[in-house]
Parts: sequence; C-alpha cells; structure tokens
Amino acid sequence: MRKFLRRFLACALWIAAFNCLAVTPDDLGKLALGESDAKEAALAAIINAGDESAIPLLQALMDDGVQTGPDKKVYIVKDGKGIDAATGKVVDPLPDNLEDVVIANVMRKEIGVAIAALRLTSPDKSVRLAAAKELQGNAEEDALPALAKALAKESDPEVKAMLTLTQASIQLHGKDKATRITAINALAKSNNPNTKTLLLGLLEKKGDQYTEADPQVRAAAQESLNAVQSRLSTGERYAQIFSGISLGSILLLAALGLAITYGLMGVINMAHGELIMVGAYSTYFVQNLFKAHAPGAFDWYLLVAVPVSFMVAAAVGMVLERVVIRWLYGRPLETLLATWGISLMLIQGCRTIFGAQNVAVENPVWMSGGVEIMTDIVLPYSRIVIIGFAFAVLLLVWVMLTRTRLGLFVRAVTQNRSMAACVGVPTKRIDTWCFGLGSGIAGLAGCALSQIGNVGPDLGQNYIVDSFMVVVLGGVGQLAGTVYAAMGLGIANKFLEGMAGAVLAKICILVFIIVFIQKRPQGLFAIKGRFADA
Amino acid sequence: MSMQRRQFLKKMAVTSVAAAGANAGLISAAHAADTIKVGVLHSLSGTMAISETVLKDVALMTFEEINAKGGVLGKKLEPVVVDPASNWPLFAEKGRQLISQDKVAVTFGCWTSVSRKSVLPVFEELNGLLFYPVQYEGEELSKNVFYTGAAPNQQAIPAVEYLMSKEGGGAKRFILLGTDYVYPRTTNKILRAFLKSKGVADKDIDEKYTPFGHSDYQTIVADIKKFAGGGKTCVISTINGDSNVPFYKELGNQGLKATDVPVVAFSVGEEELRGVDTKPLVGHLAAWNYFMSLKNPANEEFKKKWAAYAKAKKLSSADKPLTNDPMEATYIGINMWKQAVEKAKSTDTDKVIAAMAGQTFKAPSGFVAKMDERNHHLHKPVFIGEVQANGQFRVVWKTPGPVRANPWSPYIPGNDKKKDVPEKA
Repeated sequence: MRKFLRRFLACALWIAAFNCLAVTPDDLGKLALGESDAKEAALAAIINAGDESAIPLLQALMDDGVQTGPDKKVYIVKDGKGIDAATGKVVDPLPDNLEDVVIANVMRKEIGVAIAALRLTSPDKSVRLAAAKELQGNAEEDALPALAKALAKESDPEVKAMLTLTQASIQLHGKDKATRITAINALAKSNNPNTKTLLLGLLEKKGDQYTEADPQVRAAAQESLNAVQSRLSTGERYAQIFSGISLGSILLLAALGLAITYGLMGVINMAHGELIMVGAYSTYFVQNLFKAHAPGAFDWYLLVAVPVSFMVAAAVGMVLERVVIRWLYGRPLETLLATWGISLMLIQGCRTIFGAQNVAVENPVWMSGGVEIMTDIVLPYSRIVIIGFAFAVLLLVWVMLTRTRLGLFVRAVTQNRSMAACVGVPTKRIDTWCFGLGSGIAGLAGCALSQIGNVGPDLGQNYIVDSFMVVVLGGVGQLAGTVYAAMGLGIANKFLEGMAGAVLAKICILVFIIVFIQKRPQGLFAIKGRFADA
Repeated sequence: MSMQRRQFLKKMAVTSVAAAGANAGLISAAHAADTIKVGVLHSLSGTMAISETVLKDVALMTFEEINAKGGVLGKKLEPVVVDPASNWPLFAEKGRQLISQDKVAVTFGCWTSVSRKSVLPVFEELNGLLFYPVQYEGEELSKNVFYTGAAPNQQAIPAVEYLMSKEGGGAKRFILLGTDYVYPRTTNKILRAFLKSKGVADKDIDEKYTPFGHSDYQTIVADIKKFAGGGKTCVISTINGDSNVPFYKELGNQGLKATDVPVVAFSVGEEELRGVDTKPLVGHLAAWNYFMSLKNPANEEFKKKWAAYAKAKKLSSADKPLTNDPMEATYIGINMWKQAVEKAKSTDTDKVIAAMAGQTFKAPSGFVAKMDERNHHLHKPVFIGEVQANGQFRVVWKTPGPVRANPWSPYIPGNDKKKDVPEKA
C-alpha cells in the first residue's frame, strides 16, 4: 500500500513537473524534429530564456524519453506513460507508431551544457557547483549571458571562482583586447586540461605566422600556460603513483597467499592462481544469490562475499593438501607437476560448471565512480577500496602469524619441523591449517580482483607468474619482502608504462627480475639465522 | 570425438533399420552419401572461447534449421565440431583433419587473423573451402576462402570518417589503441595512412598497444586524458578479447565520458559488453555491419530463432540471449553456401566457388547481402551504434545501402597493383 502511494506520488510529481513548459512550440518542434543545426539554435534560445522549467524536457531528451508522433506532436514518455510536451497534458493511451528522438554524442553534450546553464540559478549550492563544473570547458559563446547573470547573483566563492574561469575561457576569443588579457590572466588559476588546449591554440603557428597577431596577448597566454602546465603535471605524477600503489596492492593480494604456502611451507603451488579463481567465482555465486533473494541489499553483497570466498578457497586448499600435497612434501618437482595438473583440473571443472565465457560480477554502487582530486584526475573508488583491503588482509596475516598460537606453531614448524614435533606441535595438522590460510588469502584476492577485472576460468593463469615474481623477488619466507616487492614492482611498472608503453614495460620488469635474481638469489630480504632444513 | 562417433553410429543404425524397413536395396553404403559433412573450427576453450563459442552454436543452429527444411540436395548436413583451443598451430592441424580425414565439404571457422593465417596454407593445399565470419584487416584474398566479415572499408574507415564529421564530434586528434597482434597493427597502419590523407599531422596520432589479456588500464586511460588536453580527441580501439571489460570499467570509473572523448571499437559487440555495467559508457561507439537492436522482420526472426535454440539446448547464455555481428556473418555464410551448393548441384569445391559468385541472401541486418562476383567478400551495410544503458547499441549513422568490400586497402602503398580477384592456384 505504501509502495503504491509512493509510486503514485512520484508519478504525480513527475507529471506536475511538466505542467508549465517554458519552451515555445517553435523551439520544441526544432528540438525534437529538426536537424542538428536547428536543435542547436533551439537550445541556445532555451539557455537565453533561462527558465528552469525547461529542465525536465531536456533531461528526458538526454534519457531517450522523448518520442514524436506522425502528426509531429512531441511526447515525453516514461514507464509507458506519456505527456504532450507542448501542452503539458497527460496523454493516455499513447498513440501508436511513435518514433524515438535520437540524440548522439554531440547533441548530448550541448543539452548537458543547456541543463547546467539553467541550473546555475538553483537555490541549492551543490547543484550550482555541479552545474558550474559541467560548464567548465564545455560552454560556448551562447552561454555567456547566462553566465554573466549567474555571476552577478552568485555569493558562494567556490562556484564563483569556477564560473569566472568558465567565463574567461569563452571571453578568450572575444574582440576587446583588455578583456581578453584579463581573461587569460584569470585562466592561470585553472586546473582544467581544456584550458591548456585553449591557451595552446593562442600560441599556435600557421606557417611562419602566429594565429594570434597580438604579441601582448601571446605573452600573457604563455605565462598562464606555464602556470597551468606545472600544476597539471604535478597532478599527473600523483595519479601515476596512485595507480602504481593500486597495481602493487593487487600484486600483494595475489602474492600474499603464495608467500605463506611457498615462502613458509616451501610448496611450489602451481594451482595458486586457480585458488584465486575459486575466490572470484565464490564472489560471483554470492552476488547471484543476493540478486535472486535479496535485491534490496545488493550493494552490501561484498560483505558476505569476502568471508565466503575465503572459506571456499581455504576449504579447497585444505582438501588439496590432505589429498595430494601432503604426500609430496620435500619433492618440489613432483609437487610442481601435481599442482599444475590440479590447476588444469580446476580450470576445466570451472568451465564445465560455469561455462567457458567470462561471468559478470557487478560492482556495488558505492564502488563505482571515483573521487576527483583535481579536474580530470579521478581516483576510482574500487581501486581505493582494494588498496585498503590489501593492507587490512596484510595486517590480519601479520597478527595471525606473530600474535596467535597458530602463528607460533606455524613459525615453529617452518623453522625446525622435527624439533617442533618433539615438543608436541601437531605438525601435520599445522601444515593443513597453514595451507588453508594461504589458499583462503588467495580466495580473498579473487574476491578483490572480481571487482576490477574479468572473472573467467583462466583468471588465475594471468596472476600466477606475477605472484611468483613478487615472492621470489621479495625473498622467500618473509612477509615484509613480499610487501616491498609488490609495491616496488607495481610503481616501477606504472612509471615504465607511462614512458614506454604496456608491452615494453612488462619486458623491462622481467629483464630486471632476471638480472636481480642472478645477483641476489635470496631476494630482497633473506632470513638470517640458522635453519634446520636450510 | 567419441561421443560424436557414438552418436553417428546410433544414427546410422536407426537410419539403416528404417531403410531396411522400406526395402531399400543399398543399405549402409547408401547412407554414407545420405549426409553432407560440414566442419566447424572454432575455439571452445582458451582466450578466444569468449567470442568463438557462440559462433559454433549459431552454426549448429543453422545446420539444424536447414536439416529441418530437408537439408541440402536432399541430404542432411552432418556437423563435425573440433576444438582448436585458441592454439594457432592447432588450427592448422584440426583444419587438415577436417578435410582429409573427416572429408567435410566445407568448414566454417576462425576468429583471429592469426588463426586464419595458420589454416590458410592447409585449405589451399588440399583445395578445401573455408568461410571466415569476422571483420579483419584485409590484405588477403584466397580462392579457397569466403570472407563474410567486414574489410577495413566496411568498418574502420567509415567509423573514422564519422568521428571526423560534425555529427560525430569533429575529432582532430586520434588515439589508435589495440591489442598487440596482426589485426590491430595492420588496421592502424591503414588508419594512419587514411588520417594523413585527410591532413591529420603525425603529432595528432598516438598509437598504443597492450598485450593479449591485459587487465590494468589505469595508465592508458590517464594517457588518453592527457592526450585529449591537446584538442578534440577520439579513441579508436582494436582491443580484442576479454581485455575490453577492464578497459571499459576503467573508462567508467575514471569518468571519461563519451561526450568528451568518444571511444569507437571494432571488436566490441553485444557479447563483449555482457559483463560490463554500461551505464557510465553510454555514448561510446562501435562500428559493425549488424546490431542486435536493428528493427526489421529478418532480424526479429533471427533473434527469435536464436533465443529458442539457446533455450532448447540449455546454453549458458539462454537467460539473456544476445546476437552479434560475427553470428550474423556465420548465419549468412552457411545459408549462402547452401544456395551455392544447390545451384552447382554438387559439393565439389571448385563448382561451389564458381556458384558462390553473386549469391544473395536476405540478411538479419535488413539488407540483402550479396557475395561479390569477383573478390569473395560480401557487400554489407555499415552501421555505427552508440552504447545504451542496457548494453545494446543504437544506430546513429549508417550507409544508405550495402558497400562493396575492398580487401586491398588503397591506403597501403603497392596495393593499387594487386588484383581484386584471387590468384588462380
């Protein structure tokens, strides 16, 4: 009942929004039926009129909600209900054979500008700010009067600064020299890459002649350009470091489990990648359960997926240890072959159950999009969350190994198996738990990877080499080494990629590791002290 | 394989009993000629399985449909499916097996250009017949192959022309982004020459490649933004396979909107977007000769058939059946081959090749696709579509009618001397 009421209210509000339309019938016709030139002219007229009530129509155009009838009438259609755009009256039933008004990219941009220009008069500051942001770098000459009007009324400094910049970027091409120079000077404060384009345009040469004749204007432009450029390149560098850390955190997650099974236990587990894959598919499975049974809580499915992927991967790992690996301790070559065979079986099994195609794991809403630290430099939420997650897992593992009884046993067994057994540590059971822990962490990595990459049967294959690289580079038997190696490789990879491209960067990293391992076979950090089985 | 053989034996037993009942004189010997064997050579495992598995399914669907209508020359089609496992040399091996061991009359298969190049010598040596259903880079014309996908002038060139036009946004700078192998490299070579002929300077073109299966596109997207600072930019993507998913996710997350920098892709269709949230991607483009969203009776029928088939065979895609361009090309290819065999009254390779010239078929694209009389390529319409929030494409530009293919692109020097007909072997 309440649901119905709410829906009814929403519907009523939606209809009310169209009751008085600010668009003249002539403009409406042009907007819906005209060619792109006519559409632009109509949009300019709407911006000039400055009436906010035109926004719903424009928004409907953006959302593909406008249709035209054979009698040239224009309808705004939503959920099967229609409104005559000219009169604002509800039309029920809708006439047959309506045609969509098709909006392509260029129009979409212009409509976006028009909506933003109209929103500049909104009483809500955040709406105005968003509108000013949208206008930045997109607005053209026809938005000038609307901008001037908004600037005169604007009291908020943030919005005002943004509007001034936008205004300046348009005035740049004006006639009056003084206005132009003030505009150029104002632009020095801009963080928008489009500003760079504009200023560069002023400094361009055509043959021997500058396109801009006035040397004073050119000098001002050069000065502003330098200021903008230095700020932009700083921002770019930060972004590069961020993406390096982000890649590093993924490497860390993928390698952490291996650091335990290979580093601590000495098992060369070629099926490690497939344990990651198992974790990713567990996430997929949980996601589907939520979709089917609790769509309202869908945004929080990850909270369930994280423990589930850990447990499933840990369980698979423990079964593997009990059934196969335990009989092969101390025989690295056989372990390698056996686990490789298991990895193939897991891949094929997954293919049989879920199909050869990649499956879709959707990001929860709070993980899509990103935070804008500067114009055009966006840190995606998914990456930030994964960096945090990687370090949380690292902390957990560290606490587990150094602060718990299980951790104590694990370390004891790694350092001296027979002595540990003598004092009553159940070494066989510890092996199983330890392997389960490593596998579970691989599962967590899979859960994280499902949020940014593909989930398919071959998922693990892409990460197994990288994981071994990190563990070997970091030094076997060391968590700290793994962290440094993962972060180092991540950041180095990103900087190289920026300079040399993705293919060459990968090759450079591999060459570096080969050379490094030649010089220092024990990796970055070697365990000091005496070991029974060393 | 053993399954197939067993099924075959079972079928054989049933038909021979039936034949015996009908008092036919030639029992099992007659049966051998009762079917025409057709090969399907698509990767069902490995990296390319994501794209090729549906082509195998759509081929089997088409065979079933033809068989239900009485087969070809009164004989049923008997598919022989092999899995070359995304392993390029294995394509050649399996191709040889299909022709010399299974004695198939025709083979439908391959996706990547590298796999086609791998089987080509086999088909030429054994005088087999291959139908290749995917858009590709051109620069090839074999007597033994019919190309039912697009040549560069039926996809890449019109797409770039559109982006340079006023409606397309008037792009001035171009990033050519692709996976590192022969198709993207050759296509980008053609595009670079084309752009130069339109007066675009070298500094306004940036070429970037990533390895197969690349999944971290942070740097690439940041570079795109930086490059876009120099003027109206568009990205021309020839990324292939499952790398597309992380690429588009990164685009969405970093807020690179189609209104600022549109991305036009040549290897991204409905199937590749299956795993992506397309809401942030609205307005990015793809160029193909067919879209699932096309509204016409032939397409409605094609989609309905496919949905019914997926459901009946319990395919994993059955809850959301999608059709795409290479599927349409496979469908056209098989039907045209059938028509050609009926015209030639034989499955003999040379006779069928001769009969293929000028074949027409009412394609799901809504146009009549025609096999060129000379160059073994289809005349196809070109569509440019924008990604919608529901993962479909909406056509924003199209050619008035089918376009003749130009396998030897005029933008590669030396091609003007190449003949538009296959060299006679």
